Amino acid sequence: MARLPAALSGAAGRGRRARANGGLREVIGSAGGRQPVVFGSDSLAARLRLVEGFLPRTKIADCAQYALHWLGEVHHVSKSLCLVRPGGRQALLTVGAVGFPTAATSSFSVPLDDWSNPLVHALTHCRPVYVGPAHTAADRRRRPSTPFDDAPFHVVPLGALGLAEEPFGLLLFSPAELPAHVTWFAGVLGQKIDQILGLPAVTDGDRGQARERALLHSIINAVTDPILLTDTEGRLLIANARALTLFAASEEASEGRRGAVRMNTMLLSSALSRKAIEETGAARRELLLVNPADGSDLLFELLSTVTHDARQGTGVVSILRNVSDLRRASEEIEENDCRPRVAEVQARAESDRLSLIIDSVADPIVVTDAGGATSLMNEPAERLFTVPARASATVQRWVQANDAHFSSFIAGMLVSADERRVGEMALMDPNTGEAMPVEAIAGKILSEHGELTAVVTILHDRREASGKSQLYEQLKQASDELERKIQAATADIAHQNELLRRQAIELEQASALKSQFLANMSHEFRTPLNAMLGYTSMLLQGVAGPVPASARRQLGRIESNGRHLLTIINEILDISRIEAGRMPLQISRFKVDDLLSEVKAELEPIIMRSKLTLTTSVPKDLAPVSADRQKVKQILLNLVSNAVKFTHQGGIMIRARRSERDRTLTLSVADTGIGIAPADQEKIFEDFRQLDNSPTRAYGGTGLGLSICRRLAQMLNGRLSVESRLGKGSTFTLTLPTQGRK
Amino acid sequence: MKKTARSRVLVVDDYADAREMYSEYLQFSGFDVVEAANGMEALQRAVEDRPDIILMDLSLPVMDGWEATRRLKADGRTANIPVVALTGHALAGISEGAMRAGCDAFVTKPCLPEDLVREIRKVLDAPAGAAQRKLRRSGKHVKAIV
Repeated sequence: MARLPAALSGAAGRGRRARANGGLREVIGSAGGRQPVVFGSDSLAARLRLVEGFLPRTKIADCAQYALHWLGEVHHVSKSLCLVRPGGRQALLTVGAVGFPTAATSSFSVPLDDWSNPLVHALTHCRPVYVGPAHTAADRRRRPSTPFDDAPFHVVPLGALGLAEEPFGLLLFSPAELPAHVTWFAGVLGQKIDQILGLPAVTDGDRGQARERALLHSIINAVTDPILLTDTEGRLLIANARALTLFAASEEASEGRRGAVRMNTMLLSSALSRKAIEETGAARRELLLVNPADGSDLLFELLSTVTHDARQGTGVVSILRNVSDLRRASEEIEENDCRPRVAEVQARAESDRLSLIIDSVADPIVVTDAGGATSLMNEPAERLFTVPARASATVQRWVQANDAHFSSFIAGMLVSADERRVGEMALMDPNTGEAMPVEAIAGKILSEHGELTAVVTILHDRREASGKSQLYEQLKQASDELERKIQAATADIAHQNELLRRQAIELEQASALKSQFLANMSHEFRTPLNAMLGYTSMLLQGVAGPVPASARRQLGRIESNGRHLLTIINEILDISRIEAGRMPLQISRFKVDDLLSEVKAELEPIIMRSKLTLTTSVPKDLAPVSADRQKVKQILLNLVSNAVKFTHQGGIMIRARRSERDRTLTLSVADTGIGIAPADQEKIFEDFRQLDNSPTRAYGGTGLGLSICRRLAQMLNGRLSVESRLGKGSTFTLTLPTQGRK
Repeated sequence: MKKTARSRVLVVDDYADAREMYSEYLQFSGFDVVEAANGMEALQRAVEDRPDIILMDLSLPVMDGWEATRRLKADGRTANIPVVALTGHALAGISEGAMRAGCDAFVTKPCLPEDLVREIRKVLDAPAGAAQRKLRRSGKHVKAIV
């Protein structure tokens, strides 16, 4: 068992008579008590209620019954009995009972001379006794007869435990749990009953004094601050209920609690002893104690007063005021005081950052207060609206002009109801003297009550924008121009295409018309020519009678000219048919020598007249060829006719050769005529070309013959070529594929 | 070489000089000649005068030679009369068109009278043509023999 501090154990061990001690009974728990003392600040109010409830009661039974009800209510004690030994009686009588039938308790009493009774034992030994439950007959024999029957119950002596005087009553209760503050309860109840028991013996004056004492006692107990009376040595003489929780602990209390109590007693003694020795009179000081309930720190303000009493000697009355909460509150206040300062620092940092941002904006920003005075501007704005040091008069004027413009704008903004306004200002750049058109965007800043607090204006240099917009405009113009040109070109192309298409159609139509026209003309030419040739022929045949020789010769001229005209007409028709693509091929297989015989036969009359020789040379084994017989014949007739025309003496040879290697047939017409100069040898194949183009030319013909022949040869997948030497003659060679047109 | 039975030729041409020229020469050459100046007349003459052969110009007023030929060939009374087409149109396709219309021969203008007579005689002397002609004249036997 840990030792109590000397000062406290001394006080506890000695005990004092309450009456002899100024009316306040000492209620410190006895070191000999066995039941654990339960402290709990939560029941403080309930305890105060109990003490208050005793004040008006003057009868023992009344007090006992009230106390037992309190016990039942606060500590849930379902069954309890209060026994008291009246003065001079050798028995304990029931003065209060809760939870029993009245019959079971009214007659219950305990004779004090039965020493074997555990109840008597508890009374004489001043200590709580536990009576266990009775399970057997032996158990019952050992147990006293009580209204609890076989149930277990506790027995607590009434009157403060550990007091010198013998207890004068017992408290019996069940169930088995020993409620908190039972010591205190027993003390308070015992004190009250003792008070009532002693009343008849005192005088009225004493009674008034006693009542006063009881009142004081109650008041002190009800005070929530610990109140103590110590002697000069620091020993505890009187303590109220709150003080007991700090400075007293029963032996059954936990080691931690007892330690805390020892610590507190020591701290208090040291504080008081010094106090008592060094000073007299009231003084305040702080005292840090430990809360025995939970070990937390409790800060008290110690208010101690030295009292001088002739009989009792010098003592110290100490009142401890718990200031833990106060300290906490003051700490909080301090903390709260600190908070605005932190907020201020943060706000200042925020403001600095904002200034930095505003200054870094290239556009001038001006903040104006509700009165129109400038409260903030960034550096670009300063350049516009503040006069630089050593500025010339001109610059000053510019800045003043700028300021005037801006003031006017802001004034307009302030009087208007608009929250935003966009305007333009013609400012001057004080650095360069250039005109500086700006766009001003102003916004009102309103407080939460809608009051105008500031106007923020941002100025935007329009020069850059106007430059850009000019560039954009130029670009757009160029683009538009380009688009227009492209559209025009496209339209032009479309127009040209349309024209070409129309031209093509027109050409096609013209060509068709020409062919149609030529066909028609050919028909129209042929009809009269047919009659002319026909009648000439009839005259020559003597259909109308005999014709004289001279007339016959003339008729012959008519006939030959008519035939020539017919040839011309046919040639023109052929060219137009070839050009119009209306010269169809009729491929057939034929023998070359047969064809040459026909040609020879047809040309015999003119050959006869020309006195030239016409010979043919065809290999005997020449195989038939596939070609358009009519076209080949036409070509040969033309070539031979030309040869006759341009040959004055000698002969004409038609030669046919077949080349198996090239799979070609060559038909050549060689003459001994005037020949063609090499330079002219290609010209002769052109349309309407005769080498002698003069009106007095020696040779007739349309000049279409060779052109038609070459075209026909090409249609037949062949070719027509010429070899000639001037004055020696010409050889025209037609080369044709033997298998006809592919 | 004259024939004992004079063959009758119907000369159809709107161009009087040509028509009369061919008529004169045909008569000179020993043919009977009937003339018509357009297609309608040609149909009438063909029915009334029963020619042995018809010389048909294709470009005719009122009714052209193609149409007249088609009608002649469609008419049982005249279908067996050979038609020699005669045209100054030398464009391709003309002769094919004439053959499709039912012409038996095709002659291009200008055509000398003697050449025309030679062509007429050729057609008249053609054995198939002659046989056909005889059969057609005695139409009842056509089916039996064919």
